[in-house]
Amino acid sequence: MWKKLFTWLDERLGLNDLYKATLDRPEPKGNWWNTLGSASLFLFLLQAVTGIFLSVYYTPSPDHAYDSIQYIMNDVAFGWLIRGIHHWGATLMVLVVFIHMIRVFVTASYKYPRELTWLIGVGLLLCTLGMGFTGYLLPWDQKAYWATTVATSIAGSVPWAGPFIMKVLRGGTDLSALTLSRFFAAHIWMLPAVLIGLIGVHLYLIIRHGESAFPGKDD
Amino acid sequence: MAGSHHISRRDFITITTAAVGTVIAAVVGLPAIAYLIDPALKSGTSDAWIPLGKLANYEIGKPTLVTFTRSKVNGWEKTVNSYGVFVVRKSDTEVAVLSNKCTHLGCHINWNADKKEFICPCHDAQFGIDGNVLGGPPPRPLDRYAGDKVEIKDGTLLIHFLEG
Repeated sequence: MWKKLFTWLDERLGLNDLYKATLDRPEPKGNWWNTLGSASLFLFLLQAVTGIFLSVYYTPSPDHAYDSIQYIMNDVAFGWLIRGIHHWGATLMVLVVFIHMIRVFVTASYKYPRELTWLIGVGLLLCTLGMGFTGYLLPWDQKAYWATTVATSIAGSVPWAGPFIMKVLRGGTDLSALTLSRFFAAHIWMLPAVLIGLIGVHLYLIIRHGESAFPGKDD
Repeated sequence: MAGSHHISRRDFITITTAAVGTVIAAVVGLPAIAYLIDPALKSGTSDAWIPLGKLANYEIGKPTLVTFTRSKVNGWEKTVNSYGVFVVRKSDTEVAVLSNKCTHLGCHINWNADKKEFICPCHDAQFGIDGNVLGGPPPRPLDRYAGDKVEIKDGTLLIHFLEG
């Protein structure tokens, strides 16, 4: 029965080919350092799922942001767990993405024909940092407020265009309700959309080119 | 490997990965369900004795609307809800207190002094002065405060109000 159903689906969707292309790819030689990309992807999915759950209760307004998080932490069943995973997952993701980048650099995997994979990886790194930056403001506590004050001021120190960049980031001259809501929009809509798109291309390129072999002594 | 108790390395990895994956999914997935339905699991009920003023102040035979507010904390926000009851004094000591909430779909009814009936503006439901249905769609008479839900203490009328 299940086999019949699977065959029916496979004939139409090509599940076996899909499986072979994505998960059953040949690896040059088993190496744990090569798993960091998959680990980053897993952490991204974990952040996406826990983030969606958090948005059920979180309210991006100065009046309620802090209180809604207090509610998640103290009153909602397992709210502490969902937010804890999102909080620590964010830190871990930045860490894993960085180590992944260092691995690719050290093993020279960014060379021909994988330059584009590297460039898109740079975009993914920037998006990941952007997610960390925008997510940091959302609890709207003292640490979040002043961290964003400082960080947007740093952006404001850019020669000539600085003040304008700062105004765009803050949605005005000061940190306000506008800052919180635009950071929220960037955090849950804009950056994730860019991330998903870039991850898609990144994965396509990896499947297309295969894993790079580790450089030997002669390389 | 036929007849051997050993499983292949590939099968071992597959089974271990599936098992660990299932455990992780359960550890995150089950709390996630509790997280989502949590507000529905909280009771949200409260009760209080609401004083409606001196009974002597109510005119006999004339339904009088009394409104009061109750504040409630929903999540991180305190909301103030307004409620209304019609006090119908029948004699010096006898009184009926009716909810002003239509039993059809919850609109607020009004007393029509000319027709001597309560009329709901939403779907034209009609109730008598004692709360019985005279016409329209309501499935049951108006909710009333009677028996141990109403008390007269030192001439003051009180109702036992249940919320939620």
